[in-house]
Amino acid sequence: MTALFINSFTLICLLIALSRDRAKTKRALIIALKSFFNIFPTILLIIILIGLLLGFVPQSQISKIVGEQASFWGILVVAFLGAILHIPSLISFPLAAALLKSGATVTSVAVFITTLTMIGMVTLPLEVRELGKKMALLRNGISFLIAIIIGIIMGVIL
Amino acid sequence: MKDHIREKGNKRKGIRQDTVLLGATLIIMLILLSFFPEKQEAVTKALWKFFSEMILVLPAVMILMGLFSVFVPKEMVMKYLSKAAGIKAVFLGIIMGALPTGPLYVAFPLASALLKKGARISCIIAFLSAWACIKIPQEMVELQFLGPKFMATRLILTIIFVIMMGLSIERLIEWRDKNKRIL
Repeated sequence: MTALFINSFTLICLLIALSRDRAKTKRALIIALKSFFNIFPTILLIIILIGLLLGFVPQSQISKIVGEQASFWGILVVAFLGAILHIPSLISFPLAAALLKSGATVTSVAVFITTLTMIGMVTLPLEVRELGKKMALLRNGISFLIAIIIGIIMGVIL
Repeated sequence: MKDHIREKGNKRKGIRQDTVLLGATLIIMLILLSFFPEKQEAVTKALWKFFSEMILVLPAVMILMGLFSVFVPKEMVMKYLSKAAGIKAVFLGIIMGALPTGPLYVAFPLASALLKKGARISCIIAFLSAWACIKIPQEMVELQFLGPKFMATRLILTIIFVIMMGLSIERLIEWRDKNKRIL
């Protein structure tokens, strides 16, 4: 159902693009094809890891770290992991879904995705160089707090 | 130009690394499964479920990314954000950050050029944060795997907090700069 919606949305965008500019649309499709093959090995990799995670790691273990039994420290650890890890956000969603399925809470999953995408330790030096220390550190620091607040709110309402 | 070539080389190297890593994990998985045959069913079931869910949307997501990268060029972002003013600038920052594709490090030079042109700080913070975490193709994958409720709630909360963050960082930086001038 969701897949149907996503594919129809893409189809509509594609048709609009085609009616506006054929050559540009062709270029977009070539880019799409290339990035598909670029990301495919990584996607397979993460799916295998998810399979192993769900098959071998007992739910009670996952739940202890990021589940109901997790303390505020658990959330902090997840937030920190998300901030330093450099995995493409595209593959973080299936991973998040797998964790959620095996007992992680909405809060820890939301915190993880949010710090993962918003904060980039790897790109921080570049951000400092381009935008200055003050702005870069403020943005990343406040994003860290925001991610935790968003996660807690989501845990309460979902 | 040189950077471009190097980037291409790095990309190719990255893909080769990914493939090697994939092969290694595949072998590890096969070894593990041959030692623990009782886990086979659970693992293959999970593999198949996640694989089919991914393959149903991945082509569409890639096409969306391709379309955005061609139809929303950097020049367009520059044009809209360099002269945006008022609270509208913050919202425009979010939209212009969400539409184009590309890694975050592409956005930093853009943001710094915009600041030099006199764009609002709040707008640039919103732009960078949206670039980092509100991408339409990315939201589609979130929708597919975590469901509409999770995706929509996180999206709305993120937008609200990004706006608040942009405005407060702007206040803070401007207040400090003003105080420095007085001293």
